[in-house]
Amino acid sequence: MTTESTSHTAAATGATAVNTGLAQMLKGGVIMDVVTREQARIAEDAGAVAVMALERVPADIRATGGVARMSDPDLITGIIDEVSIPVMAKARIGHFVEAQILEHLKVDYIDESEVLSPADFTHHIDKSKFKVPFVCGATNLGEALRRITEGASMIRSKGEAGTGDVSEAMKHIRTINGEIARLTSLAEDELYLAAKELQAPYALVKQIAREGRLPVVLFVAGGVATPADAAMMMQMGADGVFVGSGIFKSGNPAERAAAIVKATTYYDDAGVVAEASKGLGEAMVGINVADLPAPHRLAERGW
Amino acid sequence: MSTPRIGVLALQGAVAEHARALRAAGAEVSTVRRPSELQGLDGLIVPGGESTTMARLAAPVRLMESIRERHAEGMAMFGTCAGMILMADQILDAEALNGFERIGGLDVVVRRNGYGSQLESFIGPLQVPGLPGDDPTPLEAVFIRAPVIESLGVDVEVIASWQDRPVAVRQGRILAASFHPELTPDHRLHQYFVEISAEQTVS
Repeated sequence: MTTESTSHTAAATGATAVNTGLAQMLKGGVIMDVVTREQARIAEDAGAVAVMALERVPADIRATGGVARMSDPDLITGIIDEVSIPVMAKARIGHFVEAQILEHLKVDYIDESEVLSPADFTHHIDKSKFKVPFVCGATNLGEALRRITEGASMIRSKGEAGTGDVSEAMKHIRTINGEIARLTSLAEDELYLAAKELQAPYALVKQIAREGRLPVVLFVAGGVATPADAAMMMQMGADGVFVGSGIFKSGNPAERAAAIVKATTYYDDAGVVAEASKGLGEAMVGINVADLPAPHRLAERGW
Repeated sequence: MSTPRIGVLALQGAVAEHARALRAAGAEVSTVRRPSELQGLDGLIVPGGESTTMARLAAPVRLMESIRERHAEGMAMFGTCAGMILMADQILDAEALNGFERIGGLDVVVRRNGYGSQLESFIGPLQVPGLPGDDPTPLEAVFIRAPVIESLGVDVEVIASWQDRPVAVRQGRILAASFHPELTPDHRLHQYFVEISAEQTVS
Protein backbone atom coordinates (compact mmCIF):
# COMPACT_ATOMS: atom_id res chain seq x y z
CA MET A 1 0.00 0.00 0.00
CA THR A 2 1.44 3.34 -1.02
CA THR A 3 0.65 6.03 1.46
CA GLU A 4 3.38 8.62 1.05
CA SER A 5 1.71 10.62 -1.69
CA THR A 6 -1.49 11.13 0.26
CA SER A 7 0.10 12.58 3.35
CA HIS A 8 0.77 16.28 3.57
CA THR A 9 2.61 15.88 6.85
CA ALA A 10 4.91 12.94 6.23
CA ALA A 11 6.38 13.97 2.88
CA ALA A 12 10.06 13.63 3.76
CA THR A 13 9.75 10.87 6.35
CA GLY A 14 9.53 7.12 6.39
CA ALA A 15 6.25 7.34 8.25
CA THR A 16 2.89 6.72 6.63
CA ALA A 17 -0.30 8.77 6.79
CA VAL A 18 -2.16 6.16 8.84
CA ASN A 19 0.60 6.20 11.45
CA THR A 20 1.27 9.94 11.66
CA GLY A 21 -2.53 10.27 11.46
CA LEU A 22 -3.15 8.24 14.63
CA ALA A 23 -0.89 10.67 16.50
CA GLN A 24 -2.94 13.54 15.03
CA MET A 25 -6.06 11.95 16.55
CA LEU A 26 -4.39 12.02 19.98
CA LYS A 27 -3.78 15.78 19.85
CA GLY A 28 -5.04 17.87 22.72
CA GLY A 29 -5.07 14.75 24.85
CA VAL A 30 -3.30 13.08 27.75
CA ILE A 31 -1.51 9.73 27.49
CA MET A 32 -1.13 8.01 30.85
CA ASP A 33 1.32 5.39 32.14
CA VAL A 34 -0.51 2.41 33.66
CA VAL A 35 0.88 -0.77 35.24
CA THR A 36 -2.32 -2.78 35.79
CA ARG A 37 -5.69 -3.34 34.11
CA GLU A 38 -7.33 -1.46 36.98
CA GLN A 39 -5.16 1.59 36.36
CA ALA A 40 -5.90 1.38 32.63
CA ARG A 41 -9.63 1.46 33.42
CA ILE A 42 -9.17 4.47 35.72
CA ALA A 43 -7.20 6.24 32.97
CA GLU A 44 -9.85 5.62 30.30
CA ASP A 45 -12.61 6.65 32.72
CA ALA A 46 -10.73 9.87 33.42
CA GLY A 47 -10.61 10.74 29.71
CA ALA A 48 -7.11 9.63 28.66
CA VAL A 49 -6.69 9.44 24.86
CA ALA A 50 -4.32 6.47 25.17
CA VAL A 51 -2.49 4.48 27.81
CA MET A 52 1.13 3.38 28.02
CA ALA A 53 1.23 -0.16 29.36
CA LEU A 54 4.33 -0.91 31.44
CA GLU A 55 5.48 -2.91 34.44
CA ARG A 56 6.88 -0.08 36.51
CA VAL A 57 6.34 3.66 36.20
CA PRO A 58 9.58 5.65 35.79
CA ALA A 59 9.61 6.72 39.47
CA ASP A 60 9.72 3.04 40.47
CA ILE A 61 12.30 2.20 37.82
CA ARG A 62 14.47 4.88 39.44
CA ALA A 63 13.81 3.57 42.94
CA THR A 64 14.40 -0.10 42.09
CA GLY A 65 17.36 0.37 39.77
CA GLY A 66 18.69 -2.51 37.66
CA VAL A 67 17.97 -3.16 33.99
CA ALA A 68 14.53 -2.00 32.85
CA ARG A 69 13.07 -3.97 29.91
CA MET A 70 9.92 -4.41 27.84
CA SER A 71 6.94 -5.50 29.97
CA ASP A 72 5.52 -9.02 30.18
CA PRO A 73 3.26 -9.68 27.13
CA ASP A 74 0.51 -10.92 29.47
CA LEU A 75 0.38 -7.53 31.14
CA ILE A 76 0.23 -5.75 27.80
CA THR A 77 -2.48 -7.95 26.24
CA GLY A 78 -4.48 -7.72 29.48
CA ILE A 79 -4.49 -3.95 29.18
CA ILE A 80 -5.36 -4.10 25.46
CA ASP A 81 -8.39 -6.23 26.42
CA GLU A 82 -9.38 -3.84 29.19
CA VAL A 83 -9.72 -0.54 27.31
CA SER A 84 -11.14 0.75 24.01
CA ILE A 85 -8.59 3.58 23.59
CA PRO A 86 -5.19 3.03 21.91
CA VAL A 87 -2.57 1.13 23.91
CA MET A 88 1.12 1.98 23.66
CA ALA A 89 4.04 -0.01 25.09
CA LYS A 90 7.75 0.60 25.51
CA ALA A 91 10.72 -1.11 23.87
CA ARG A 92 14.32 -0.43 24.82
CA ILE A 93 16.30 1.94 22.55
CA GLY A 94 17.70 -0.19 19.72
CA HIS A 95 15.94 -3.40 20.83
CA PHE A 96 14.26 -4.34 17.57
CA VAL A 97 13.15 -7.76 18.80
CA GLU A 98 11.21 -6.24 21.69
CA ALA A 99 9.60 -4.05 19.02
CA GLN A 100 8.78 -7.11 16.90
CA ILE A 101 7.11 -8.70 19.92
CA LEU A 102 5.08 -5.57 20.65
CA GLU A 103 3.97 -5.38 17.02
CA HIS A 104 2.94 -9.05 17.20
CA LEU A 105 0.90 -8.27 20.34
CA LYS A 106 -0.93 -5.60 18.28
CA VAL A 107 -0.13 -2.62 20.43
CA ASP A 108 -1.28 0.56 18.69
CA TYR A 109 2.01 2.46 19.19
CA ILE A 110 5.52 1.51 20.31
CA ASP A 111 7.52 3.94 22.44
CA GLU A 112 11.26 3.44 21.84
CA SER A 113 12.03 4.81 25.24
CA GLU A 114 14.99 6.11 27.21
CA VAL A 115 13.05 5.25 30.36
CA LEU A 116 14.09 1.62 29.80
CA SER A 117 17.75 0.58 29.75
CA PRO A 118 19.19 1.08 26.25
CA ALA A 119 19.94 -2.12 24.29
CA ASP A 120 22.19 -0.36 21.77
CA PHE A 121 24.40 2.61 22.55
CA THR A 122 24.96 3.50 18.88
CA HIS A 123 21.83 2.73 16.86
CA HIS A 124 18.12 3.21 17.32
CA ILE A 125 15.55 0.77 15.90
CA ASP A 126 15.04 1.01 12.13
CA LYS A 127 11.40 1.93 12.53
CA SER A 128 10.76 2.06 8.79
CA LYS A 129 10.80 -1.76 8.84
CA PHE A 130 7.65 -1.89 10.94
CA LYS A 131 3.97 -1.44 10.14
CA VAL A 132 3.11 -0.37 13.69
CA PRO A 133 3.88 3.29 14.47
CA PHE A 134 6.61 4.49 16.84
CA VAL A 135 6.93 7.45 19.17
CA CYS A 136 10.45 8.47 20.20
CA GLY A 137 11.91 10.91 22.70
CA ALA A 138 13.98 13.96 21.80
CA THR A 139 15.72 16.71 23.73
CA ASN A 140 16.42 18.90 20.71
CA LEU A 141 15.50 19.32 17.03
CA GLY A 142 18.40 17.29 15.61
CA GLU A 143 17.48 14.29 17.74
CA ALA A 144 13.81 14.62 16.72
CA LEU A 145 14.73 14.75 13.02
CA ARG A 146 16.99 11.71 13.27
CA ARG A 147 14.17 9.72 14.88
CA ILE A 148 11.70 10.90 12.19
CA THR A 149 14.19 9.85 9.51
CA GLU A 150 14.34 6.39 11.08
CA GLY A 151 10.55 6.21 10.77
CA ALA A 152 9.10 7.65 13.99
CA SER A 153 5.51 8.85 13.45
CA MET A 154 5.36 10.94 16.60
CA ILE A 155 7.88 12.74 18.83
CA ARG A 156 7.72 13.43 22.54
CA SER A 157 10.14 15.78 24.18
CA LYS A 158 11.86 13.77 26.91
CA GLY A 159 11.86 15.91 30.01
CA GLU A 160 13.17 13.92 32.95
CA ALA A 161 10.87 10.96 33.59
CA GLY A 162 9.96 9.87 37.10
CA THR A 163 10.89 13.12 38.81
CA GLY A 164 7.71 15.21 38.91
CA ASP A 165 10.05 18.11 38.07
CA VAL A 166 8.81 19.87 34.94
CA SER A 167 11.95 21.97 34.35
CA GLU A 168 13.58 19.57 31.87
CA ALA A 169 10.35 19.21 29.89
CA MET A 170 10.29 23.00 29.68
CA LYS A 171 13.92 23.11 28.57
CA HIS A 172 13.35 20.55 25.82
CA ILE A 173 10.22 22.09 24.31
CA ARG A 174 11.83 25.54 24.39
CA THR A 175 14.92 24.13 22.69
CA ILE A 176 12.93 22.38 19.94
CA ASN A 177 10.68 25.43 19.35
CA GLY A 178 13.70 27.74 19.31
CA GLU A 179 15.62 25.61 16.83
CA ILE A 180 12.59 25.42 14.51
CA ALA A 181 12.14 29.20 14.71
CA ARG A 182 15.82 29.69 13.87
CA LEU A 183 15.53 27.44 10.78
CA THR A 184 12.62 29.50 9.45
CA SER A 185 14.80 32.63 9.66
CA LEU A 186 17.73 31.23 7.68
CA ALA A 187 18.44 31.92 4.03
CA GLU A 188 18.01 28.87 1.79
CA ASP A 189 21.77 28.54 1.16
CA GLU A 190 22.37 28.48 4.93
CA LEU A 191 20.26 25.36 5.40
CA TYR A 192 23.06 23.05 4.19
CA LEU A 193 25.19 24.01 7.18
CA ALA A 194 22.13 23.87 9.46
CA ALA A 195 21.53 20.27 8.34
CA LYS A 196 25.15 19.41 9.08
CA GLU A 197 24.95 20.97 12.53
CA LEU A 198 21.65 19.25 13.32
CA GLN A 199 23.04 15.92 12.01
CA ALA A 200 19.79 15.53 10.09
CA PRO A 201 18.93 15.08 6.38
CA TYR A 202 18.90 18.26 4.30
CA ALA A 203 15.48 17.53 2.72
CA LEU A 204 13.85 17.27 6.12
CA VAL A 205 15.62 20.40 7.42
CA LYS A 206 14.43 22.31 4.36
CA GLN A 207 10.87 21.11 4.92
CA ILE A 208 10.91 22.29 8.56
CA ALA A 209 12.36 25.66 7.53
CA ARG A 210 9.50 26.10 5.04
CA GLU A 211 6.64 24.87 7.24
CA GLY A 212 7.85 26.12 10.61
CA ARG A 213 6.80 22.94 12.39
CA LEU A 214 7.72 19.28 12.76
CA PRO A 215 6.17 16.98 10.14
CA VAL A 216 4.77 14.82 12.96
CA VAL A 217 2.89 15.47 16.20
CA LEU A 218 4.96 16.69 19.18
CA PHE A 219 3.87 15.72 22.70
CA VAL A 220 5.65 16.69 25.92
CA ALA A 221 6.71 14.14 28.53
CA GLY A 222 8.85 13.79 31.62
CA GLY A 223 7.96 15.51 34.87
CA VAL A 224 4.38 16.63 34.19
CA ALA A 225 2.56 16.11 37.52
CA THR A 226 -0.15 18.77 37.90
CA PRO A 227 -2.94 20.36 35.82
CA ALA A 228 -0.86 23.54 35.74
CA ASP A 229 2.16 21.65 34.36
CA ALA A 230 0.02 20.22 31.54
CA ALA A 231 -1.57 23.59 30.73
CA MET A 232 1.86 25.24 30.63
CA MET A 233 3.13 22.67 28.12
CA MET A 234 0.05 23.25 25.93
CA GLN A 235 0.63 27.01 26.08
CA MET A 236 4.21 26.31 24.98
CA GLY A 237 2.77 24.79 21.81
CA ALA A 238 2.78 21.08 22.68
CA ASP A 239 0.22 18.95 20.82
CA GLY A 240 -0.52 16.99 24.01
CA VAL A 241 1.08 15.51 27.12
CA PHE A 242 2.30 12.22 28.51
CA VAL A 243 1.88 11.79 32.25
CA GLY A 244 3.93 8.95 33.66
CA SER A 245 4.45 8.63 37.38
CA GLY A 246 2.51 11.85 38.07
CA ILE A 247 -0.91 10.21 38.25
CA PHE A 248 -0.58 6.86 39.96
CA LYS A 249 2.13 8.08 42.34
CA SER A 250 -0.21 10.76 43.65
CA GLY A 251 -2.74 10.65 46.49
CA ASN A 252 -5.88 10.59 44.33
CA PRO A 253 -5.16 9.17 40.86
CA ALA A 254 -8.70 9.19 39.37
CA GLU A 255 -9.35 12.83 40.24
CA ARG A 256 -5.87 14.00 39.31
CA ALA A 257 -6.08 12.21 35.95
CA ALA A 258 -9.44 13.84 35.11
CA ALA A 259 -8.12 17.23 36.25
CA ILE A 260 -5.05 16.99 34.00
CA VAL A 261 -7.29 16.00 31.04
CA LYS A 262 -9.46 19.05 31.67
CA ALA A 263 -6.49 21.40 32.05
CA THR A 264 -5.04 20.10 28.78
CA THR A 265 -8.22 20.97 26.85
CA TYR A 266 -8.85 24.35 28.53
CA TYR A 267 -5.13 25.15 28.84
CA ASP A 268 -5.58 28.84 28.07
CA ASP A 269 -8.40 29.41 30.58
CA ALA A 270 -6.93 30.11 34.03
CA GLY A 271 -10.37 29.79 35.62
CA VAL A 272 -10.80 26.20 34.44
CA VAL A 273 -7.20 25.24 35.29
CA ALA A 274 -7.61 26.78 38.77
CA GLU A 275 -10.84 24.84 39.33
CA ALA A 276 -9.18 21.63 38.09
CA SER A 277 -6.27 22.16 40.49
CA LYS A 278 -8.49 22.27 43.61
CA GLY A 279 -8.60 19.51 46.21
CA LEU A 280 -6.48 16.95 44.38
CA GLY A 281 -4.63 15.89 47.51
CA GLU A 282 -0.98 15.08 47.49
CA ALA A 283 0.99 15.30 44.24
CA MET A 284 3.81 12.83 43.70
CA VAL A 285 6.69 13.63 46.02
CA GLY A 286 9.20 14.24 43.26
CA ILE A 287 12.92 14.66 42.86
CA ASN A 288 14.62 17.89 41.80
CA VAL A 289 16.47 17.17 38.57
CA ALA A 290 19.38 19.30 39.84
CA ASP A 291 19.88 16.76 42.65
CA LEU A 292 20.13 13.83 40.21
CA PRO A 293 23.69 12.73 39.48
CA ALA A 294 24.39 12.73 35.73
CA PRO A 295 24.37 8.92 35.25
CA HIS A 296 20.80 8.81 36.55
CA ARG A 297 19.45 11.32 34.04
CA LEU A 298 17.36 9.36 31.54
CA ALA A 299 17.08 12.20 29.03
CA GLU A 300 20.73 11.77 28.13
CA ARG A 301 20.01 8.31 26.71
CA GLY A 302 19.47 8.48 22.92
CA TRP A 303 21.83 9.48 20.13
CA MET B 1 -24.81 34.41 0.10
CA SER B 2 -22.38 35.31 2.86
CA THR B 3 -19.43 33.11 3.84
CA PRO B 4 -20.71 30.27 6.04
CA ARG B 5 -19.44 30.23 9.64
CA ILE B 6 -18.33 26.78 10.66
CA GLY B 7 -17.06 25.66 14.05
CA VAL B 8 -14.75 22.76 14.87
CA LEU B 9 -15.37 21.01 18.19
CA ALA B 10 -12.00 21.48 19.90
CA LEU B 11 -12.17 19.34 23.03
CA GLN B 12 -9.52 17.00 21.61
CA GLY B 13 -8.40 15.53 18.29
CA ALA B 14 -7.62 16.64 14.73
CA VAL B 15 -8.91 20.20 15.12
CA ALA B 16 -6.24 22.20 13.25
CA GLU B 17 -6.44 19.86 10.23
CA HIS B 18 -10.20 20.38 9.88
CA ALA B 19 -9.83 24.13 10.36
CA ARG B 20 -7.24 24.25 7.56
CA ALA B 21 -9.42 22.20 5.19
CA LEU B 22 -12.49 24.34 5.96
CA ARG B 23 -10.61 27.57 5.27
CA ALA B 24 -9.39 26.10 1.98
CA ALA B 25 -13.04 25.29 1.19
CA GLY B 26 -14.06 28.91 1.78
CA ALA B 27 -15.56 28.88 5.29
CA GLU B 28 -15.04 31.25 8.19
CA VAL B 29 -13.72 28.99 10.99
CA SER B 30 -13.84 29.07 14.78
CA THR B 31 -13.23 26.52 17.53
CA VAL B 32 -15.82 25.34 20.03
CA ARG B 33 -15.16 24.22 23.60
CA ARG B 34 -18.15 25.87 25.30
CA PRO B 35 -21.91 26.06 24.49
CA SER B 36 -21.74 29.85 23.98
CA GLU B 37 -19.29 29.33 21.12
CA LEU B 38 -22.02 27.55 19.10
CA GLN B 39 -23.97 30.79 18.67
CA GLY B 40 -24.20 32.00 15.08
CA LEU B 41 -22.64 28.90 13.52
CA ASP B 42 -24.04 27.56 10.25
CA GLY B 43 -22.20 24.27 10.68
CA LEU B 44 -20.10 22.28 13.16
CA ILE B 45 -17.47 19.63 12.55
CA VAL B 46 -16.96 17.03 15.26
CA PRO B 47 -13.46 15.73 14.48
CA GLY B 48 -11.63 12.48 14.89
CA GLY B 49 -10.00 11.78 18.21
CA GLU B 50 -11.17 9.67 21.12
CA SER B 51 -14.96 9.70 21.52
CA THR B 52 -14.54 8.60 25.16
CA THR B 53 -12.39 11.64 25.93
CA MET B 54 -14.70 14.08 24.12
CA ALA B 55 -17.84 12.72 25.83
CA ARG B 56 -16.23 13.16 29.25
CA LEU B 57 -15.01 16.68 28.57
CA ALA B 58 -18.39 17.71 27.15
CA ALA B 59 -20.43 16.45 30.13
CA PRO B 60 -19.73 19.15 32.76
CA VAL B 61 -20.72 21.97 30.36
CA ARG B 62 -23.58 20.03 28.70
CA LEU B 63 -21.98 20.60 25.31
CA MET B 64 -23.52 17.55 23.58
CA GLU B 65 -27.04 18.72 24.56
CA SER B 66 -26.27 22.22 23.29
CA ILE B 67 -25.01 20.87 19.96
CA ARG B 68 -28.23 18.86 19.59
CA GLU B 69 -30.31 21.96 20.30
CA ARG B 70 -28.39 24.10 17.81
CA HIS B 71 -28.73 21.34 15.20
CA ALA B 72 -32.51 21.33 15.73
CA GLU B 73 -32.43 25.08 15.06
CA GLY B 74 -30.69 24.53 11.71
CA MET B 75 -26.95 24.12 12.34
CA ALA B 76 -25.45 21.50 10.00
CA MET B 77 -23.09 18.84 11.42
CA PHE B 78 -20.22 16.81 9.99
CA GLY B 79 -18.75 13.98 12.07
CA THR B 80 -15.54 12.19 11.13
CA CYS B 81 -14.48 8.95 12.85
CA ALA B 82 -15.02 9.71 16.56
CA GLY B 83 -17.37 12.50 15.46
CA MET B 84 -19.50 9.99 13.55
CA ILE B 85 -19.61 7.77 16.65
CA LEU B 86 -20.90 10.69 18.72
CA MET B 87 -23.64 11.41 16.12
CA ALA B 88 -24.78 7.80 15.68
CA ASP B 89 -28.12 6.87 17.23
CA GLN B 90 -26.79 3.46 18.24
CA ILE B 91 -23.29 2.21 19.10
CA LEU B 92 -22.13 -1.36 19.56
CA ASP B 93 -19.30 -2.15 22.02
CA ALA B 94 -19.93 1.12 23.76
CA GLU B 95 -19.22 0.30 27.42
CA ALA B 96 -16.68 3.11 27.73
CA LEU B 97 -19.33 5.62 26.58
CA ASN B 98 -22.10 4.36 28.88
CA GLY B 99 -23.60 7.04 31.06
CA PHE B 100 -22.25 9.86 28.91
CA GLU B 101 -24.39 12.12 26.76
CA ARG B 102 -23.81 11.97 23.00
CA ILE B 103 -25.13 14.10 20.15
CA GLY B 104 -27.13 11.49 18.22
CA GLY B 105 -29.44 12.25 15.32
CA LEU B 106 -27.82 10.05 12.66
CA ASP B 107 -29.91 6.93 12.08
CA VAL B 108 -27.08 4.39 11.90
CA VAL B 109 -25.65 1.58 14.01
CA VAL B 110 -21.90 1.98 14.45
CA ARG B 111 -19.25 -0.35 15.85
CA ARG B 112 -16.24 1.38 17.44
CA ASN B 113 -12.80 0.19 16.27
CA GLY B 114 -14.65 -2.02 13.82
CA TYR B 115 -11.56 -2.85 11.77
CA GLY B 116 -9.31 -3.70 14.73
CA SER B 117 -6.06 -2.28 16.11
CA GLN B 118 -3.76 0.26 14.47
CA LEU B 119 -2.15 -2.54 12.42
CA GLU B 120 -5.46 -2.80 10.55
CA SER B 121 -5.54 0.92 9.71
CA PHE B 122 -5.36 1.59 5.96
CA ILE B 123 -5.80 3.98 3.06
CA GLY B 124 -8.38 3.20 0.39
CA PRO B 125 -9.40 5.01 -2.81
CA LEU B 126 -13.13 5.80 -2.73
CA GLN B 127 -15.47 6.49 -5.63
CA VAL B 128 -17.54 9.54 -4.77
CA PRO B 129 -19.72 10.18 -7.83
CA GLY B 130 -22.34 12.12 -5.90
CA LEU B 131 -20.10 14.92 -4.68
CA PRO B 132 -20.40 18.37 -6.24
CA GLY B 133 -18.22 18.90 -9.29
CA ASP B 134 -18.65 15.31 -10.49
CA ASP B 135 -14.89 14.75 -10.33
CA PRO B 136 -14.19 11.10 -11.26
CA THR B 137 -10.86 11.07 -9.34
CA PRO B 138 -11.05 8.64 -6.41
CA LEU B 139 -10.88 10.18 -2.94
CA GLU B 140 -7.91 8.82 -0.94
CA ALA B 141 -9.52 7.94 2.37
CA VAL B 142 -7.41 7.43 5.50
CA PHE B 143 -9.01 4.95 7.93
CA ILE B 144 -7.49 4.99 11.43
CA ARG B 145 -8.88 2.55 14.02
CA ALA B 146 -12.05 3.39 12.16
CA PRO B 147 -15.64 2.72 13.18
CA VAL B 148 -17.80 0.51 10.96
CA ILE B 149 -21.37 1.40 9.97
CA GLU B 150 -23.23 -1.86 10.58
CA SER B 151 -26.63 -0.70 9.36
CA LEU B 152 -28.48 2.45 8.40
CA GLY B 153 -32.00 3.84 8.41
CA VAL B 154 -34.10 4.54 5.31
CA ASP B 155 -33.45 8.29 5.42
CA VAL B 156 -29.68 7.85 5.29
CA GLU B 157 -28.07 8.36 1.88
CA VAL B 158 -24.79 6.56 1.14
CA ILE B 159 -22.16 8.85 -0.38
CA ALA B 160 -19.27 6.41 -0.51
CA SER B 161 -18.62 2.75 0.27
CA TRP B 162 -15.52 0.67 0.85
CA GLN B 163 -15.75 -3.07 0.25
CA ASP B 164 -19.55 -2.91 0.19
CA ARG B 165 -19.77 -1.10 3.50
CA PRO B 166 -20.97 2.51 3.69
CA VAL B 167 -18.17 4.80 4.92
CA ALA B 168 -19.61 8.25 4.12
CA VAL B 169 -23.29 9.06 4.62
CA ARG B 170 -25.70 11.98 4.68
CA GLN B 171 -28.99 12.39 6.48
CA GLY B 172 -30.49 15.84 5.91
CA ARG B 173 -28.16 18.33 7.57
CA ILE B 174 -25.84 15.65 8.96
CA LEU B 175 -22.78 14.44 7.08
CA ALA B 176 -20.62 11.65 8.51
CA ALA B 177 -17.53 9.70 7.49
CA SER B 178 -15.72 6.84 9.17
CA PHE B 179 -12.40 8.04 7.66
CA HIS B 180 -10.35 11.26 7.83
CA PRO B 181 -10.86 13.69 4.92
CA GLU B 182 -8.95 16.32 6.96
CA LEU B 183 -5.66 14.39 6.61
CA THR B 184 -5.40 14.63 2.84
CA PRO B 185 -5.18 17.68 0.55
CA ASP B 186 -8.38 16.62 -1.28
CA HIS B 187 -11.05 18.90 0.23
CA ARG B 188 -14.12 17.77 -1.72
CA LEU B 189 -15.99 16.53 1.36
CA HIS B 190 -15.26 19.77 3.22
CA GLN B 191 -16.50 21.73 0.20
CA TYR B 192 -19.65 19.63 0.21
CA PHE B 193 -20.16 20.35 3.92
CA VAL B 194 -19.60 24.08 3.42
CA GLU B 195 -22.36 23.96 0.76
CA ILE B 196 -24.72 22.04 3.06
CA SER B 197 -24.03 24.58 5.83
CA ALA B 198 -24.66 27.50 3.47
CA GLU B 199 -28.07 26.07 2.51
CA GLN B 200 -29.04 26.24 6.15
CA THR B 201 -27.94 29.82 6.64
CA VAL B 202 -30.87 31.73 8.06
CA SER B 203 -30.51 35.44 7.41
